Parts: sequence; C-alpha cells; structure tokens
Amino acid sequence: MLARSPQAALQRLFDEVGSVDQIGVDERVAKYGTRSIKKASKIQGLKLAASMVDLTTLEGKDTPGKVASLCQKALAPHDPELGVPQVAAVCVYPAMVKHARRALGRDTAVRIASVATAFPSGQVPLKTRLAEVKAAVADGADEIDMVINRGAFLAGEFSEMQDEIAAVVQACGDATLKVILEVSELETYDNIRAASFLAMRVIRPGDFIKTSTGKTSLNATLGNNQVMLEAIRDFYLATGVAIAMKPAGGIRTAKQALTFLVAVKETLGDAWLNNRRYRFGASSLLNDLVRQLEKEKTGAYQAPYYFSEAAESY
Amino acid sequence: MPTLTASKKSNRSAVRAGRPAPELILGDLWEFDPAPESADPKLKARYELFIDGKFVAPKGGRYFDSINPANEQKLAEIALAGPADVDAAYAAAQRAYDGVWGKLPGRERAKYLYRIARLLQDRAREFAVAETLDGGKPIKESRDFDVPMAAAHFFYHAGWADKLDYVAPGRKVAPLGVVGQVIPWNFPLLMCAWKLAPALAMGNTVVLKPAETTSITALKLAEIFQDAGLPPGVVNFVTGAGEVGAAVMNHPTPAKIAFTGSTEVGKIIMRGLAGTDKKMTMELGGKAANIVFDDAPIDQAVEGIVNGIFFNQGHVCCAGSRLLVQESVAAKVLAKLKNRIRTLRVGDPMDKNTDIGAINSREQLDKITRLVAAGVKEGGEMFQPACKLPAKGFYFRPTIFSGVSMSSRVAREEIFGPVLSILTFRTVDEAIEKANNTAYGLSAGVWTDKGSRILKMSTELKAGVVWANTYNKFDPTSPFGGYKESGFGREGGRQGLLDYCKLV
Repeated sequence: MLARSPQAALQRLFDEVGSVDQIGVDERVAKYGTRSIKKASKIQGLKLAASMVDLTTLEGKDTPGKVASLCQKALAPHDPELGVPQVAAVCVYPAMVKHARRALGRDTAVRIASVATAFPSGQVPLKTRLAEVKAAVADGADEIDMVINRGAFLAGEFSEMQDEIAAVVQACGDATLKVILEVSELETYDNIRAASFLAMRVIRPGDFIKTSTGKTSLNATLGNNQVMLEAIRDFYLATGVAIAMKPAGGIRTAKQALTFLVAVKETLGDAWLNNRRYRFGASSLLNDLVRQLEKEKTGAYQAPYYFSEAAESY
Repeated sequence: MPTLTASKKSNRSAVRAGRPAPELILGDLWEFDPAPESADPKLKARYELFIDGKFVAPKGGRYFDSINPANEQKLAEIALAGPADVDAAYAAAQRAYDGVWGKLPGRERAKYLYRIARLLQDRAREFAVAETLDGGKPIKESRDFDVPMAAAHFFYHAGWADKLDYVAPGRKVAPLGVVGQVIPWNFPLLMCAWKLAPALAMGNTVVLKPAETTSITALKLAEIFQDAGLPPGVVNFVTGAGEVGAAVMNHPTPAKIAFTGSTEVGKIIMRGLAGTDKKMTMELGGKAANIVFDDAPIDQAVEGIVNGIFFNQGHVCCAGSRLLVQESVAAKVLAKLKNRIRTLRVGDPMDKNTDIGAINSREQLDKITRLVAAGVKEGGEMFQPACKLPAKGFYFRPTIFSGVSMSSRVAREEIFGPVLSILTFRTVDEAIEKANNTAYGLSAGVWTDKGSRILKMSTELKAGVVWANTYNKFDPTSPFGGYKESGFGREGGRQGLLDYCKLV
C-alpha cells in the first residue's frame, strides 16, 4: 500500500518527473554567463528582449495616472529612430486593468496582463480568486497571472493545486494564463520541476509558467529559469504541447536579460525566441535595454536621466 | 488523498500517431557574432632552450616550427635540444641543487613559488592566449581553467614548502635531488605546474621537456622564473620530440623520473629504467567509465557527460570516454545528449564562445579519424551534429557511438579525442564489471541520487579518481593518479608531495 504522507506523495512525483541536481544546474547556467554577445547579435538580442518585456507596476500606490504613463512607455519605449520595439504587455493589478485599457485603447498589439487570484499570496477562498480573474478579464485583461496554491503543493495535495489551476483556466476564457510557481517558496529545484509539470498538465498550449511574484526575497534566477525551461522542453518533447515561460523579478540589466535569452536559445531553441513563448516580468529592465541600444548606436553611454531610469516614473 | 497525476490530462493533446515527433529547433535565428579574444600573447619569433637561468641556443643549431593547429600557421621556432644540451641542463640542475636550492630553507623556497604564482596571475590573459594559439584549446578553457589552475598549483605547494616537517607524521623528509620530467601536449602549462610545483617545494631541481607541439607556454613560464629571480639551474627546459624525451628519461643524473603521457611511451620508459635505482611516477592513459544510473538527475548527468568527454576536445587522460548507462534510461539519455551536443559550438579556439576548439596536431587528427572509422566499421551507430568546421586547421566534430559492445575498439582503445562510446548495463554489479574491464584505471564517474551507491561504487571501481554526480573536477589539494596501466604515483595533495621526497 502506498504511503499517504505529503513526503511520500512528493517522492512519487519526483520519481515520475525526475530529480534535479542543484550543483549541476548552477554549473550549467554559469556557462551561459560566459557567452560573449557582440555587435549585430547584441542589438538583435536587446531588441528581442525589449519585445518580451511585461512592463510591470504592482504597488499599493498605483494610480490611474501612473498606469497611463506606464502604458505610454509600453507603446513607445524611446525615440522611434532607435527602433526599440513595443513591449509585449503591461502588467498591473486587476483594479488598474480598466485604466490600462483606456490608456492603450482597443487597437493595440500591447497586451494587458493582470495579476489576479489574490496576488501575491493566493491565500483567499477559491471562489474569491475566480471572481477576481473573471472581473479582470471583463475589464479588458488579455492575460492573467495567477499564483499557485503553494500550501497545497507543500502539503502533497497535488490534486487540489491542479484543480484550482484548471478552474482558473476555465475562468480565463480566451485570456492567456500565466501560472506563477513562486519558486522561492518552493525552495528546491526538485520542487520547482515537479510543480512545473503539475501546472503544465492542466494549462493550454501557449499558456505560461512563471517563476515568481517579485514580492519575495528571491525571484527569477538563471538556475530556476533553467529548471523550468528543461521542464518545458521535456513536456514538449513528450506531448507536443508548447508551454511558454516567464521569469519575473530581479532581472534589471540588459546583460542579465541576454544571458537568460542564451539559456532559452540553448535549451528550447529558436521556437521560443519570441514574445509568444518567452517574457520578462520587469520594470526597470526596459530602460537599461534602451540605454544599451543607444550605446550600440552612438558608441557612448548616455546619462541615466535620458531614460527615465527610476522604475517609479515612466 | 494525494493522487498521482497521470489522470490529469484533460488539456493535454498527446502526440498523435502519424505526426512527426516534436523536435527542438536549435538553429541560428539569433546567431552570435564572432567574439575573438584580443589580448597580445607576446610571442617571440624564436624560443631557445632554458638552461641555467638563461635562454641559450641549442648546440646543434637546429630549430623546429610550432604551429597553430587552428589555422596551420607557424607561430614560432623552437630550439631542438641534442644530447649535449640535455647534459648541460642536468649539470646546471645538479649545480643548483648542490649549491643553492637543496640547502635553502623551505620558507625561502616558498617565497619564490608564491612569486611565480602571482606573476602568472598578473599575466594570465597573455598566457591564456598563448596556450590557445599553441595548443588549439578554446580560449574560455585556457582562461578559466588552465592558467588559474596552474597558478593554484604553485600557490598550494608554496604553502607546503615551509610545513614539510608535517607532511609525513613522525618522519622527516628530504628532497631527492635532480628530477627529470616529460609532459604531454594536452595541458602544456598546467602539466608544467603539476610537475614543477611539488618538486620545487620539496627542494628538488628539475630538467623538464615539454611536448614538441606545445612548448611555448613552458618557455614563457621560464621568463617568469627569470622575473621571479629563481636561482639559475633550478628549472631547466629542453625542447624537442621523442628522442629528446628519451635523453631526459635515460640520463644518469636524475634521482627520479616523472612522466605524463601515453601508456605506450610509459612502458618504453619503464623498460629503459628497469634495473636502475631511480624513482618513477607515471601518469598514463585512460578509458574512463562514466556510469549513469536510472535514478540520476538526467539533465545534469548529460551536462557531466558532455563535460567529461568534450572538455579540451577530449584530449584528457581522464576523459569519460566510455558512457555506461542503465538500460531503462538509455534512450532518454541518448536523446538528451544529442540535443545538448547540437548546441556545442565548434570552431576558432580564440573565439570566446567556442566550446570545442582545434585538435592539437595533424597526427592526432589522423588517429581520431582512423579510430572513428573503425568504430563505424564495427557497427557502432554514429552521431555527429551538423556543425560547420573551419576550412583550415585540424577540427573534428563531437562524435558519439551508441550500441557499442565491450569488444569494440572504440570501447577499448584510448582515442584522446571528442569521441564518446555508449554502452548499457542492467545492474550495479554489471556496471562495476564493465567499468573495471579495461587495462586502464585512471578515473570514473558515477551519477545517481543514492548516496550509499556512490560509496559502494567508489570502493569497487578500480580507478584513481571517482567523481560522483560531477566530472573533470580538479584541485591542487586532491591527489590524481592511476591504477593498472594508467600508471602509478600521485600528483597533487600530500600524496603528490611524498612522491618527490625520501623519508629519513
């Protein structure tokens, strides 16, 4: 008879999806940092990264005015001559979705993502979380970033966790879903891989798994990004279902973003090097990307104040 | 009750019959531009012998070319030593031992070694570029591994030099005298450091012959010895091919011979020294088993397999050239391995993004080509990625053979190139039996989640080094050496030092 403890449940899940060696992962990702991206490939990478940004503001003090200026930045990140592409999406709290929609209009390629499901903790009844998702979609959200029930996962209640994700999928309707694992609360790479599989089995092709909320001590790292990319790869090769990926939080510099893209290139390949399959959840990253693009064009670094550097002000 | 999740398939469109299996597009949608390392290697047009603290012309007046294997262009001329030059080198070493080095207190010897290590660090980029030009290894390896590790060996042994009273508890140690050393071409500078640092720390003096295709960094190291004020004759370099090596090995002066190279040459040397009272250490060939169990973290194991066999183009005596993989995961490992190999970048060693550089010499390339042809003929299933190779220079695609049997040549002979042979096993005992079924015994790798199995394997495997859930990890504190035809004696750590002294 199978043991029923949470530990036994986790162990069976690890046996099924395979384990991860932390030292090995960290060694692998250290190699991405040694890739030297120069000249045309750098410009291409920077533009690609800019097109993948989910430009984010998630603060208690967010106002319609701030969301409007964020949207403006998303539509036109810099002087058009520099050729910086529009970002993939803006990411706001559900209460701000209608303001974002007003600022962006209906006829735009920039999508509106909203963190629903009692972000960041998720610790409210499921009924409330689903109502929040539906409200955000009704207000015009194209994408929903949900948090998983980490408590259920750590207690070994995988069914509960998956059923909740499936319920959110239903509530999303046509909206794309991003499932936030909140990797810092799962702690181990083994857990991150296992949770990735649990999520991928109930979401739709083109939906995302996402590292973190940005609200805890540790967010996206090359290591947890790698574990999730490998889970996506293994799932794709086994089922043909392509799941997208979004690291979020902690990616502030262009150099970091390029290193993450090297990981995508060498793990998942060309089919994931676009903003339908890969995103960066970030606020200040875009400014550094623009600054580096300017530097590639002029050969000199501009002062930070040319790029409205602070994440606070767009 | 927690359920296994196999039932949760509502939205999962399983791969439908008749459709092609999903594949990754590991292509060039975002291709990297060339990123050549630009530091100046500061090469001389001509390198002389280094004898008695000075660069001297060979008495025979002959020189040979050292070429860059990446483009077959000449880099420099290297002096060809004759018997008289070897005599002069040994005479200088004996003088230095009798007059200075053998009497110098350990703490004074340490100062020189620390100085050498620091000077090497100061000139790290220059040495890395020179190493890559001369040997063909990727710049990222010479930059991140060879040069820092060489400096680390000098630092580590400098630390021992004033603590030798404690290296053999209850005993005192004394230097042997003059030591003759011959090193291979795969890690020219690093092997130099491995050989020199313990010998010098212990108070010996040295005559060393670098490999004929890769003499330059040793002779650049000689410049550092001059800058460090190392007393003349403590280290002497004689350059040339096999006959110079034979003269160094068979000379009457040295009290000890240390050799790193092929088993074939090692046997010849041992025959020559039979009946003499010379001490010997031999670090010879290998055909290491890298063993992957079904509970291993597969992606990290694949990374370790790649690191084990393609590091330095496979020119590594402890390369994991035989992959033993448990049958139940063999297909999975092979599929992941192929995808990983598709992303390896083969080409110009000076490019910072190159993973696999140039084969060291035409001769070695021919040997690899010959053995791979034999592998195909014997029925192994060969896989090579479709990467472009430069038009000039010596290059070989990373190659794996699956479905190899124990009797196959590619499973038995040391290829010393980027060629992996894959065999399968069913049980732990079978893995041990197959791993030990070889004339060699230098190293092995074990990949498993089970700690107790690692301990069992490490006692049962007849190999000098057993890596667990990693591969090709080196440290000056860790002894390295072989079993059986992989040689005897250890290098590194306390054990390595003991091979350069006598107990009194």
